[in-house]
Amino acid sequence: MNLSMKWLKDYIDRDFEPKKFCYDLTMTGSKVEGYEAEGSEIKNVVVGKILSVTPHENSDHLVVCQVDVGKGEPIQIVTGASNVNVGDVVPVALDNSYLPGGVHIKKGKLRGVESNGMLCSLGELGLTKHDFPYAIEDGIFIIKEDCEIGEDIHSAIGLDDVSVEFEITSNRPDCLSVIGLAREAAATYGIDFKEPSSKYTGVREDIDKKLNVVIENGKLCRRYIGGYVKNVKIAPSPRWLRERLRASGVRPINNLVDITNYVMLEYGQPMHAFDARFIKGNEIHVRNARSGETITTLDGTVRELSPEMLVIADTEKPVAVAGVMGGEYSGIMDDTVDVIFESASFDGASVRRTAKKLGMRTDSSARFEKGLDPHLCEPAILRAFELVELLGCGEVADTRIDRFPSPTEKKPVPFDPDWINRFLGTNIPRADMEKYLRAIGFTVNGGEVIAPYYRIDIECKADIAEEVARFYGYNNIVGTELKGVANAKLTPAQKLQRQTESACIAMGLSGIETFSFISPKFYDKINLPKDSKLRKSVTILNPLGEDTSVMRTTVLPSMCEVLARNYNLRNPAAALFELGNEYLPSENEGDLPAEPQRLSVGVYGDGIDFFGIKGIVERIFAAIGLEGIEYEPAGPGCGFDEAVMFHPGRVAAASLDGKPLAILGEVHPSVLENYGIGVRAYCAKINISEILDIAIPEKQYKPLPKYPAATRDISLVCDDEMPVARLEKLIKTAVGNFLESINLFDVYKGEQIAAGKKSVAFSIIMRSKDGTLTDEQAEAAMRRVRKSLQDENVEVRG
Amino acid sequence: MKESLERIELLAKSELERIRDSKELEALRIKFLGKKGELTAIMKSMATLSAEERPAIGQLANRVRADIEEAITSRAEELKAAAAEQRFKDERLDVTLPGKAPKLGRLHPLDAVMHEIEDIFIGMGFDIASGPEVEYDYYNFEALNLPPDHPARDTQDTFYISDKVLLRTQTSPVQIRVMEQKKPPIRIVAPGRVYRSDAVDATHSPLFHQIEGLVVDKGITMGDLVGTLDMLMKRLYGEECRIRLRPHHFPFTEPSAEVDMVCFNCGGKGCSMCKGEGYVELLGSGMVHPKVLEKCGIDPEVYSGFAFGLGLERLVMRKYGITDLRLLYENDLRFLGQF
Repeated sequence: MNLSMKWLKDYIDRDFEPKKFCYDLTMTGSKVEGYEAEGSEIKNVVVGKILSVTPHENSDHLVVCQVDVGKGEPIQIVTGASNVNVGDVVPVALDNSYLPGGVHIKKGKLRGVESNGMLCSLGELGLTKHDFPYAIEDGIFIIKEDCEIGEDIHSAIGLDDVSVEFEITSNRPDCLSVIGLAREAAATYGIDFKEPSSKYTGVREDIDKKLNVVIENGKLCRRYIGGYVKNVKIAPSPRWLRERLRASGVRPINNLVDITNYVMLEYGQPMHAFDARFIKGNEIHVRNARSGETITTLDGTVRELSPEMLVIADTEKPVAVAGVMGGEYSGIMDDTVDVIFESASFDGASVRRTAKKLGMRTDSSARFEKGLDPHLCEPAILRAFELVELLGCGEVADTRIDRFPSPTEKKPVPFDPDWINRFLGTNIPRADMEKYLRAIGFTVNGGEVIAPYYRIDIECKADIAEEVARFYGYNNIVGTELKGVANAKLTPAQKLQRQTESACIAMGLSGIETFSFISPKFYDKINLPKDSKLRKSVTILNPLGEDTSVMRTTVLPSMCEVLARNYNLRNPAAALFELGNEYLPSENEGDLPAEPQRLSVGVYGDGIDFFGIKGIVERIFAAIGLEGIEYEPAGPGCGFDEAVMFHPGRVAAASLDGKPLAILGEVHPSVLENYGIGVRAYCAKINISEILDIAIPEKQYKPLPKYPAATRDISLVCDDEMPVARLEKLIKTAVGNFLESINLFDVYKGEQIAAGKKSVAFSIIMRSKDGTLTDEQAEAAMRRVRKSLQDENVEVRG
Repeated sequence: MKESLERIELLAKSELERIRDSKELEALRIKFLGKKGELTAIMKSMATLSAEERPAIGQLANRVRADIEEAITSRAEELKAAAAEQRFKDERLDVTLPGKAPKLGRLHPLDAVMHEIEDIFIGMGFDIASGPEVEYDYYNFEALNLPPDHPARDTQDTFYISDKVLLRTQTSPVQIRVMEQKKPPIRIVAPGRVYRSDAVDATHSPLFHQIEGLVVDKGITMGDLVGTLDMLMKRLYGEECRIRLRPHHFPFTEPSAEVDMVCFNCGGKGCSMCKGEGYVELLGSGMVHPKVLEKCGIDPEVYSGFAFGLGLERLVMRKYGITDLRLLYENDLRFLGQF
């Protein structure tokens, strides 16, 4: 909403310094986005009068003018315009003047003849023909205004308004008007506000003979006032009216149309003017559109209507989409004779849906959709009548049609100053509260207040508290500390997240943040089979684009994407992690998806291999306090459909008591190719949410060993296929209670070892808590170990 | 015998002068003081002396022994000091060479600041709550006093999953979920991802983070809201940080307030950073609307509360001077490594 400060003066008798005005209004709740002084770019341009026009000695299309600029001696200006004659009054940009767009005018010579400035066109002043309909666009602006020679151009042509841009919240459609903002301004400064009231004389006319109005849907149209204006004279509006429209950002068109716009800007009530010739049957029906009906709107577009839309129709066809836009042939034309003014109240939600569906939000629909009170219709149409008579552009019928089937009164709201003070934490005297409320049109009646009709947002005590607080000043409310017991701590889930993050950071991994929505093509990029359940994603109905159209069911493609980006940015190595959610659709229609949290890790660069990523995963489990994790080659049935994105020989699934917790490995060469990553990369995913269900034992101190350990090394040769974990398990079982740890210290394949075999060496540490282990005890254990290994066809070499 | 003793002493001392390492020193000690050493030999022959001579010679012998021992000890110390000196010289390093350490990772700046804010609130007695990102329209809008076709829905371009399910446009639905499950006193913050259908540019992203706050108890006032936000900002930005509240409209709070912070750059005078306003927008807040309390089964006649929601990205960008929001989601290591 752009407010003309000149217009504002109609209702408040005070001049404001714009910057301060903007600040003050913002602080009482009418947020100002900024302000603009009209013609602020124009400097040193005055009104001049052409004294003589003579040919230019060196040019056929230039002329030399002597111009009186009110400074005694006339000045000489060369111009190329052909519409200048002696006696014309014109805008003159003097030497060292400025025009819109940063144009700087200085004196100089044009083809050898001195020129001390420039005569200006409308365009050069930043204006159009709409601002001065009598002027031409391709020539000098010949001023036909009441002004003085030498007068500054701003005041001479009314380019001296200040336009303030307000950002009005959706609960205050009353402030989408000059009157509404004036009322707020008056209350802000505690000064008088001139209540508007309109008077018109009218001509004797029985409206019922001219027009009938039928509201067929009283729910969507609560009031419809039809007024009649005869014998209109279509012409441009007077300058003051055009200026105000311009300062409000509305283009002047002609007097009748301008009046409807003027009233909308001033009162906040959208109006419409119909050419009576095109209302068939002289009847207006406010009804729902019929199936298949269309309308060509004022902008020349054919629109398909649907039955939930409200239209204004004559006996044959829709002539306007109610509250949104008029039909093509219903508008005012140069030969219009009689005009029907509409001032009506339409249901906000319905207007909003209709405007949205038709894809045309207008100044009118933007006001209706916020909810306008039906009581506003009458003052608005009265103002329109007044303006018609003021402009002398028609004869107003002295009767009008007013269909208002069920008027409602505002309900009183309790007024409890003590409660308000307790609620705000203030100590505002009752009298001050009443003063604030009265200033914005509220009626205070003992323990009750009644809001004025235009305040659609007032329903409860808290609303009254806000009104009081606004004018008391939010910043006069003194901050207090919360009372009561402050007792808060991280939940187990939050603790787990922080532990995980700390572990990642300690290992040199950096945190990333990726979008939760991805392209369905990401599933192809990680080689997911067509029938993978991970392809069933939560899908966005109205995505920004295909690349952000589904909620990810796996975090790993996002990680690959970031690895690829860093690879392409030539970052030589990357070590990244993300704690992010997956979104897994529910089996039950209508239920929300599960949003389990995952840790994804991605690394590439020198010195990193499969055991690097595995080490990271092991450390994270250790940091969390999980013991007994088992790693197995990951394949179908491992609990992770993403297994296919890994090198089949270098991928492991980690589980605890059969519960899958992580997958990790080297990224499959074809996936690397899909992402354009030219080096080996490694990824892991850990199911963080599932870990929360596992009881992690609290840490307990174990006594330090009192007795020495017995260490035995064992070297063996086995099939290459034999997992080391299996060997360790055999040793563990065989040693029994004395086992303290098994440390793998060598794995060898090659010379001296038969093909298909490998040599493995462990150091076995045994200890008893009851006494020093004897050689006998250690040897007995080692015999059991050898036996158990040999049973599995493992050759023990020593 | 007296001459022999004096000769031995002189000899020992002159030989000591020539000793260069601890091995030679030990040889010397054995030569003079050892069991088969020269002094021992003389001591043994003392038995041949007369009873009158014995005390004087014995005394002299003891003194000579003590002198030699002392000389050896002091020589030993000299040698040790010299050796240490030499070692330090040999082992001297260029301490300006870079250190060696395992690489340290870093939290993403969004998470780092999020944790900072969470910790501030935990210190103020706020628990951390969470809710789903794929949310029912009911929680995201309706229960927050935004019925279907409410014009304020326009300000939040929404991604829909179905008629009834959407990607939450704000963290405010967590307010409702918390109030449905827990009776006052309530004191929570709810950080998380939110979604709006805004194309990516330097200041917009279809996904961003908010932190919601909610306090409900008997006797909660708007002054409590002011005090809480003031404390948050002072802890986050320092004691000199000043905020201002101005009236605004949110359907789920009444009164509602936008909270601005005095511009860091110009201190409130107005500059290019704050677009001449002297203030920068921080967050939205207000007293919980009675209808919202009622919907959650909390009696607004008994309880009152306040709520606020702040955007994390804006805070992070301001804190680190980041001018392009896209950097936060590009995850370029050259960017991530700076925090």
